[in-house]
Amino acid sequence: MAHAYTPGLKVTEKAVIRKTRRLPILGEVLVEKGQAVSPDTVVARTNIPGNPQTVNIANLLGVEPEDIVEFMKKKQGDQVRKGEILAEYKSFFGLFKHSVESPIDGTLEMISTVTGQVTLREPPIPVEIDAYVDGVVEEVLPREGVIVRTEGAFIQGIFGVGGETQGIIRVAVDDPGAVLDASCVNKDDRGKILVGGSLVTGDAIKKAAEVGAKGIVAGGIIDTDLIGYLGRDIGVAITGHEDIPVTVIITEGFGKMRMADRTFNLLKNLNGFKASINGATQIRAGVMRPEIIVPGYEPKAKVKDQDLSQGLVPGTPIRIIREPYFGRLAEVVELPPELQVIETEAKVRILKARLEDGTIVTIPRANVEIIEA
Amino acid sequence: MQEQKTAYKLDREINSVLATDCGSTTTKAILIEKVGDEYRLIVRGEAPTTVEAPFEDVTMGARNAIREIEELTGRTFLNEKGVITPTQPDGSGVDIYMSTSSAGGGLQMMVAGVVKTMTAESAARAALGAGAIVMDVISVDDGRKPHEKIQRIRNLRPDMILLSGGIDGGTITHVVEIAELISAAEPKPRLGIGFKLPVIYAGNKDARKHISNILSQKTDLRIVDNLRPVLEKEVLGPAREEIHNLFMEHVMAQAPGYNKLMSWTPVPIMPTPGAVGICMQTASREYGLSVIGVDIGGATTDVFSVFGEYFNRTVSANLGMSYSICNVLLEAGVPNIMRWIPFTIDEADLRNRIRNKMIRPTTIPQTLDELIIEQAISREALRLAFIHHKSLAVGLRGVHRQRTIGDTFEQTGSGETYINMMELGMLIGSGGVLSHAPRRAQAAMMLLDAFQPEGLTMLAVDSIFMMPQLGILSTIHEKAAMQVFDRDCLVKLGSSISAVGPSGNVKPGDPCLRVILDTGDKKIEEEVPFGSMKLIPLPDGQTARAVIQPTRQFDVGKGYGHTLETTVNGGVVGVVIDCRGRPLQLPEDAEQRNAKLIEWFKAMNLYPEDALKKYAKV
Repeated sequence: MAHAYTPGLKVTEKAVIRKTRRLPILGEVLVEKGQAVSPDTVVARTNIPGNPQTVNIANLLGVEPEDIVEFMKKKQGDQVRKGEILAEYKSFFGLFKHSVESPIDGTLEMISTVTGQVTLREPPIPVEIDAYVDGVVEEVLPREGVIVRTEGAFIQGIFGVGGETQGIIRVAVDDPGAVLDASCVNKDDRGKILVGGSLVTGDAIKKAAEVGAKGIVAGGIIDTDLIGYLGRDIGVAITGHEDIPVTVIITEGFGKMRMADRTFNLLKNLNGFKASINGATQIRAGVMRPEIIVPGYEPKAKVKDQDLSQGLVPGTPIRIIREPYFGRLAEVVELPPELQVIETEAKVRILKARLEDGTIVTIPRANVEIIEA
Repeated sequence: MQEQKTAYKLDREINSVLATDCGSTTTKAILIEKVGDEYRLIVRGEAPTTVEAPFEDVTMGARNAIREIEELTGRTFLNEKGVITPTQPDGSGVDIYMSTSSAGGGLQMMVAGVVKTMTAESAARAALGAGAIVMDVISVDDGRKPHEKIQRIRNLRPDMILLSGGIDGGTITHVVEIAELISAAEPKPRLGIGFKLPVIYAGNKDARKHISNILSQKTDLRIVDNLRPVLEKEVLGPAREEIHNLFMEHVMAQAPGYNKLMSWTPVPIMPTPGAVGICMQTASREYGLSVIGVDIGGATTDVFSVFGEYFNRTVSANLGMSYSICNVLLEAGVPNIMRWIPFTIDEADLRNRIRNKMIRPTTIPQTLDELIIEQAISREALRLAFIHHKSLAVGLRGVHRQRTIGDTFEQTGSGETYINMMELGMLIGSGGVLSHAPRRAQAAMMLLDAFQPEGLTMLAVDSIFMMPQLGILSTIHEKAAMQVFDRDCLVKLGSSISAVGPSGNVKPGDPCLRVILDTGDKKIEEEVPFGSMKLIPLPDGQTARAVIQPTRQFDVGKGYGHTLETTVNGGVVGVVIDCRGRPLQLPEDAEQRNAKLIEWFKAMNLYPEDALKKYAKV
């Protein structure tokens, strides 16, 4: 490709963040352009048609499908109550009666003389979309939703589970290499988003759920602890819809992995701030990474814009994202243009990088990411 | 509504073709030109696909990929309107441009039929053959309660639904029942909020009026010929054609930038896997061989097979080497992956490595250990995808067969798989892990281990994955497509000779095959015992007369103990003699298994010798 650009995860003190809040089907937008919103402001609403149920009248009455209309006590469009008689069949001059009752409250939507079944529909289900973050409505998408704009700190994780939630950040460890275990979780952590270092243990997640914490952010997690928490294994990297009490975001990867200093230090500065977080991850076309947003955070020092238009250049800070140097931070030293043979005998584009201990190593360019700020 | 494009017919001679495939992550462009009497690949370019935010215009990625071709050739193919066609007097432009696409998730369908193993299965085959991912198959007898089916249909949000059921003139009740479920669910399309979901009805023609009454208000209903007009016949063409039309009208027309892309070309844009299927069918016809093709990607693995007149495609939506790699772990299990690794690795370490590949999918193995692990996982992904394929590539079920005396010994009944590994002539692998394996022998070995071909089979890999572009090109210029396919696309690895058996009690080391190859210049004779492999170099383009003599417990195509005399083709790997037996069995004991793996890897010259020595010592 013309430009070798390896974007990394965003870890920034000050960013403009736009969140599109869209209904699943067309509905009504409840806010206006320019309006200030908070995470729980309902910005759009719609009614999803209620759950339908089918009842086979012909089978239940023992009549032919084409004859059911004459036995129906209700007609298409009628409201029905649970237990109300939908159809009735009398035989032997009314001596024997068979009837079919409605299993739900709702509307009789359709009577089919082909299959002999009727379709009943429960009342519509209201669906509301909230603003998720503190911000301002930047754009109204008519009948669909809105785009909310906010400014503040923005951190992307590499993988997460659990959906959108809000809480107060509490950094629960002293060091980015420290493990967030159950002893780091306090009784008064209800509503908190707990930040750990290199690892969050299964016991810590369990205790966080018990005390009512909202989220956990850590460098790594052991694969079996995640399976234990979810109660199932994850096959495909599409998450965010799990029915779990605590949203978990990991910033580095699976296993015990020291959180990048830049991420840890920013989270330390955000200690005590209210954050909106989302564990939803989708690692394919339309990549979605888990996120931590702290609207309104003002960095103490002015943030310099990072120029990434050049992609990787000597001096670019990088993180190595595959064995044998997985998780190590480094700085690009050299970018030889020609392909080189690596240990696997593959001919690939490589770079030379200086690790934090000064060692110079050769790494395939595909195995590094730029540390974005 | 989008103007509908029907199949394009070429009305003039062409000398240059520009074709792109807009994949989910990368858009690949190729330039084909006539060189002398032959069409050849001239150059290729690629760029990231730009369907997603912030770009949301597929033509940007296509332009970038074509711009690479411009840079490499020093010529101009683009102007502000798009691709310049036809070739201009100043040399700019090409004679024709065309494109395939799987961007934005490809084509996602739900299919429904009356009986799971009959009309629903036919509908699934129609959708898969057209290049779709089948999200679910709903049928009257699928074991779910009506409300569960309705809930499922509501939750899916496919691009379209294909509904079939009943033979013409048969009962209409059941197919109408399914239509009522769909109507009750009020399904919504994945793309285009506020649009009606397209539903194709390809069932009993007598039910059309009822289906129309039920579905025409709530959905964008299209009615085509019944895909099972009689039990004994499956007619998938009209349904597939309508799927392609709707793909253009609905899915493509609503994907960002596609209206512009469609205006660049007179040839309808085709779903990528649909085009690959056409390429495979054309290749099978041209070579006169039964073909199996596999494309292992990051998220999915597609398997195609052409045996005689039967073409089948399946997509294992959750078996892949990056996004879905953890699902391979889940479905295959750790022991099945570990059995292909000739060294000891801690299970927790292996699991964490696989998960880290999932969350950072674009990384590549740097160490040999990592490469071997990745290739072990790919064997399992391929094996599972092939099992899935065999279960769908079957004869029509529910068909009453008249049996003759001759059939009594031939246990082929209805519903049996078309896949006959002994009959298989060519096995084509595609996808990064196969096409970019550092040694071509590694690709050959992955194909052998996962598919276990029997008898004589040509092994090949797609060099740079241009089968989609060649597939769409073959719809308007088959000769050009096949010339490029043969000369520039396929990398022929070589013939494999695999013995089926043993039929009795045979110990490893006992005689299995005696092979005599006569190249004209020299004669090579090899005796390969049971449990072993042998590689005989025979360069690409060369052939040899072969006499293959199995012992009486083994079969190479002529029956147990019968000699096969044939011609074998060379390739970049050579002729592989595989006497490990079919089905292939690995020693249970880890130490013995590792020793055996290392022996085979050495025989195939799979990895650097020093590394294999290191593994042998551990």
